[in-house]
Amino acid sequence: MTTVSAPPVLVVVQLSGGNDFMNTVVPITDGIYHDSRPTLGVKEKDALPLNDQLAWNPVAAPLKELYDQGNVAIIQGIGYENHNRSHFRGMDIWHTCEPDKIVTEGWLGKTIRELDPSGDNVVTGISFGKGLPRAMVSPGVPVTSVSDLDSFGVMSTITADQQREEALGVFKRMYTPAVGSGIVADYLSHTGTNALASAQILGSVPGKYSSTVEYASNSIAKSLRDVARVHTAGIGTRVFYTQHGGYDTHATQLAVHPKLLTELTTAIMDFFQDLRDHNASEEVVMLVFSEFGRRIKDNGSGTDHGSGGGAFLIGDRVRGGLYGQYPSLEFAQLANGEDLGYNIDFRSVYSTLLDQWLGVEANPIVNGSYEQLKPFIE
Amino acid sequence: MPTEDLALVSHLLRRAGFGASRKDVENYAQKEYEEIVEDLLTPEKSPEYDVDFISRYFMGTVTSDSFGQTQAAWIYRMINTPRPLEERMTLFWHHLFATGWNKHEHAMTCVQQIDMFRTICLSDMTTILIALSKDPNMICWLDNSENHKDAPNENYGREIMELFSMGVGNYSEVDIKNAARAFTGWTFTQCIPLYPFGTYLSEFEFREDDHDYSEKTFLGEVGNFDGYDIIDIIVKQPATAKFISRHLYNFFVADEPQVPAWSIQPPRDPKAIEILANTFIQTKGNIREVLRTLFNSEFFKNSRFMKIKSPVDFVVGTVKIAGSHTVPQPDLINLSGSTALMGQTLMDPPTVESWHTGPEWIDSGTLTDRVNFAVEHIGNLNSDGIKDIINRIKSNGEEISPEELVDICLDLLGNMEIDDTTRKSLLEFSKNLGVLIFDNTDSELESSEKIINLLQMIVSCREYQFA
Repeated sequence: MTTVSAPPVLVVVQLSGGNDFMNTVVPITDGIYHDSRPTLGVKEKDALPLNDQLAWNPVAAPLKELYDQGNVAIIQGIGYENHNRSHFRGMDIWHTCEPDKIVTEGWLGKTIRELDPSGDNVVTGISFGKGLPRAMVSPGVPVTSVSDLDSFGVMSTITADQQREEALGVFKRMYTPAVGSGIVADYLSHTGTNALASAQILGSVPGKYSSTVEYASNSIAKSLRDVARVHTAGIGTRVFYTQHGGYDTHATQLAVHPKLLTELTTAIMDFFQDLRDHNASEEVVMLVFSEFGRRIKDNGSGTDHGSGGGAFLIGDRVRGGLYGQYPSLEFAQLANGEDLGYNIDFRSVYSTLLDQWLGVEANPIVNGSYEQLKPFIE
Repeated sequence: MPTEDLALVSHLLRRAGFGASRKDVENYAQKEYEEIVEDLLTPEKSPEYDVDFISRYFMGTVTSDSFGQTQAAWIYRMINTPRPLEERMTLFWHHLFATGWNKHEHAMTCVQQIDMFRTICLSDMTTILIALSKDPNMICWLDNSENHKDAPNENYGREIMELFSMGVGNYSEVDIKNAARAFTGWTFTQCIPLYPFGTYLSEFEFREDDHDYSEKTFLGEVGNFDGYDIIDIIVKQPATAKFISRHLYNFFVADEPQVPAWSIQPPRDPKAIEILANTFIQTKGNIREVLRTLFNSEFFKNSRFMKIKSPVDFVVGTVKIAGSHTVPQPDLINLSGSTALMGQTLMDPPTVESWHTGPEWIDSGTLTDRVNFAVEHIGNLNSDGIKDIINRIKSNGEEISPEELVDICLDLLGNMEIDDTTRKSLLEFSKNLGVLIFDNTDSELESSEKIINLLQMIVSCREYQFA
């Protein structure tokens, strides 16, 4: 396991809709790529060089900069068996590590239980954005979900202090878990109790933060700024979850995809700059993933659902470089006869993060033993 | 014959509508239960909603860059429509055929689709799927405008089966490709205008020159199918009857697991789904008939408080009890903003798979938002509904015990049922409020505030999260 001075932290960035990995890290010298993408292909003259076969999308300059600094591991060809191309199932499988059945427990929910077995700190896991992703859910594990960090708190609409305090007291008693009240009522009790506790802790965060980094105003920049604010406040959060939506680019991909990649890569760069300024970057690793890659052939305007894709690990302690093989574009090697295949099971990456970074036994969380990468500097 | 069971009427109005004040419940209850159901199922009997009135306040329907205002205008309609089930079903189809504003950022096109849902909401499944397949918002959302004879785009061909009618596992990848081919040439007259200046609407257009007229195999049938044929074949599949019935059950009766689990997990009440699916099959997918079966069934009547309120249920239901926003108020836009904060941005669902429902609406963040919203709105002494509640309590006389006060408040807030933990806490709170006195202006104000404090605690409790 890698050792850092502060407890290791994982930041997950979920790209919702299926990011087009082939147009993110581009097989720029492959003739099949250019033949398959007459409309949407990144042209060699525009692309940012990566090595003699691959290139970055022109708008991914901030990520290229981090890569050139040696802080980005590119996981080429990530996926799993029997991909059925559904958003639904795809995301579910990534969240739960269960390709064959539906379960409600997420891999990070289980991880948070291991990191904080007694559930002492309700902000060990925090999700930013609207709604809690299944990855963070596990029965009995408190996880905090924040849509707006600046107005977070129960009964914050009651302005009279004494009345609010009294109301909070009653609220606390009403949400005391009672035996035999049923699963949903019980869930609500725990959620209410945790909401009180996390509001108390998070209430102090915005006041502690100051930074010279100016984030852009879009959802992923806002979320990563919130992660930076909470992380630098030192309240013991170990797992952060954020989401960036809109990657389902069946149409008008030339307009949409570069906009998303610009928002994403700029936000990631600003985030790490911010953490470095606060001397709080060494203990942070970021995982960027999407539920699937997209079809190799474009459809004239966009790309349909595919199978294999790519992921990134980013951080000061990440050993930058390429991991796995870029999936072949040769027909015989394709998944479903038309998609990129995969060379690395996503559970290998999870296992690597769990065992080597967070120091949590991976097998029970990913439901099996998977070959691990060596992406961290000892 | 009036319905004596006010709690049942209250239940019906929470599910078939968006909740009701006690006064509304009493009005509806003047008829027999079955008659109330018929009235709800026949919106034509009630006066039409006055669109012009709200349009004067909310220009969102005539300018395209005001998405927030169009959301607020829809919330206002949910609060004030004389045809609650019509609006409820409009929301149902929006939930099932989740289409997002973010793809084009053109609010008028979203409103055009919602208006379409309203006109077909109680018709039959064939009519509904045809209207859906011709809707510009959907054509854009699932890229059917990019589905060409020589370059098929599978998006709509897949989702019309996976998400909108049959559910995963009932068709093959080949069926998807052939459905996509059948829908080639189903496009719009012009692209949806890009924000923010376009003020015209796009319309459906069938382009013969871009349609694949060749033979297709679809769900075991062979022919030169077009979109209409595909829809006909889909509607007669037993999988469609079950899938739509389960959606109706999940929306109107009790929370099911999330949709992706349906191909694996059986329904919580398989008998109920069978009853609904049978009506669906017998009536060739007539939605009004399926709903008639549903609302008159025992499983519906016995399903009180078995659903977690959606953010829209929560916000609109709370406002209806408070009796505010019966005329457009400046803060109307905060209501749609609140549903968004609670995880439901109207006309802009998170993904094609729509919103996750039931307990997944709730996490510590959204629970906090819900409690804060209810406390604020039930705490407004100037709202008509709150005044009415106070007057009703006042008319019960001054010798009202803390127990009675809690019970009356629970009744007036929709015949709520609470467990012992909650009751104990509320009772303690009620006792601490002291005696209610209404003998002069000062004491009346003080007593009113005490009642409001208790109401605020009740709408903060776990049980208020259930519909």
